[in-house]
Amino acid sequence: MCTTCGCAITPSGNQALESRPTPAGVVVDVLQDLLGANDRVAAHNRDHFDGHGVLTINLMSSPGAGKTALLEATIVALRGRYRIGVIEGDLETDNDAARIRAHGVPAIQITTGTACHLDAHLVHRALHELPLAGLDLLFIENVGNLVCPASFDLGQHRNVTLLSVTEGDDKPAKYPVIFRASDLVVLSKADLLGVLEDFDPERAAAALRALGRDTPMIRTAARRAPAIESWLNWLERELRAWRPVRAHRPLIAASLGA
Amino acid sequence: MHELSVCLALLRQVAQIAEGRGLVAIERITIEVGPLSGVEPTLLAGAFSIARAGGCAAQAVLVIESTAVTIDCVSCGERSQTVPNRLSCSVCGGVITRIVAGDELRLRRVELTPPPALS
Repeated sequence: MCTTCGCAITPSGNQALESRPTPAGVVVDVLQDLLGANDRVAAHNRDHFDGHGVLTINLMSSPGAGKTALLEATIVALRGRYRIGVIEGDLETDNDAARIRAHGVPAIQITTGTACHLDAHLVHRALHELPLAGLDLLFIENVGNLVCPASFDLGQHRNVTLLSVTEGDDKPAKYPVIFRASDLVVLSKADLLGVLEDFDPERAAAALRALGRDTPMIRTAARRAPAIESWLNWLERELRAWRPVRAHRPLIAASLGA
Repeated sequence: MHELSVCLALLRQVAQIAEGRGLVAIERITIEVGPLSGVEPTLLAGAFSIARAGGCAAQAVLVIESTAVTIDCVSCGERSQTVPNRLSCSVCGGVITRIVAGDELRLRRVELTPPPALS
């Protein structure tokens, strides 16, 4: 048994490896991920997404970094090309879902109350309210928080973290867990770089590179004159690279070109 | 503050283990929490002291073992220990590394008290 990398964890993740009596009682040696129950539901969610051929992206950032604004600009830009759905996570209000629905896109609001993150169970409940069979792309806008969302798999295929240029450029060094888990980092509100002397994109990129993954970093501006081409290009590439299973689509329909 | 969620998941797991063996009380729980797990050990310990009340772990001691952040460089193959926000290779400067330890969030051991013997 390798105690370093946990390779003895069984597929079910819940088997006690050894049980031995002692004078006082019984010692049960276990190797079990503490979030195993969440991870099992996340895998189930991923099966749903795969089965319907929906690429699912977990969008994370601190509060106010512009996640919803980026989604609004994305929906406008991709209208008629991809069918988009959104799951919104916030502690309270359905303001963000209402913003998304105003663009004619299905959006389910999860209000977490006092909870600081979405988990796989919450997403599972929401996904059954979405018309998954009619979607190409699902965004899960996580609760604004750079700490807690990083610990909970939701069943997504990609993690994207926004870092707005109104924040510190050392955020990747301060919050290494979430930035290391990211497949893409988006410098949002980049149109403000000209008036913000403190934020150095190179310093942000260096802090990101120090996290041991070659994570791409792009710039967007979602307000006024939206400049989100690099983001749209990344989405297009990911949609092409990802091979959806589309298990629920009858083969005969595909062969008839339906 | 997601430490409370983690703590509740832990208590559910140890309760299952205790019930599965017909044992009444949990004396000690040992878990591994790496610096890259995203969980703060002191907050987890604080959450545990509240969340354990009333259950089979009400008297249990929580032992939290930490691990050192350890990476393998994909370029040069060197293994090194480091800190959570320095995960590129310190030997060759390689950008891409694999984490081999330091991200654990794992239940390791449960120590239980058997039910009183029937006389």
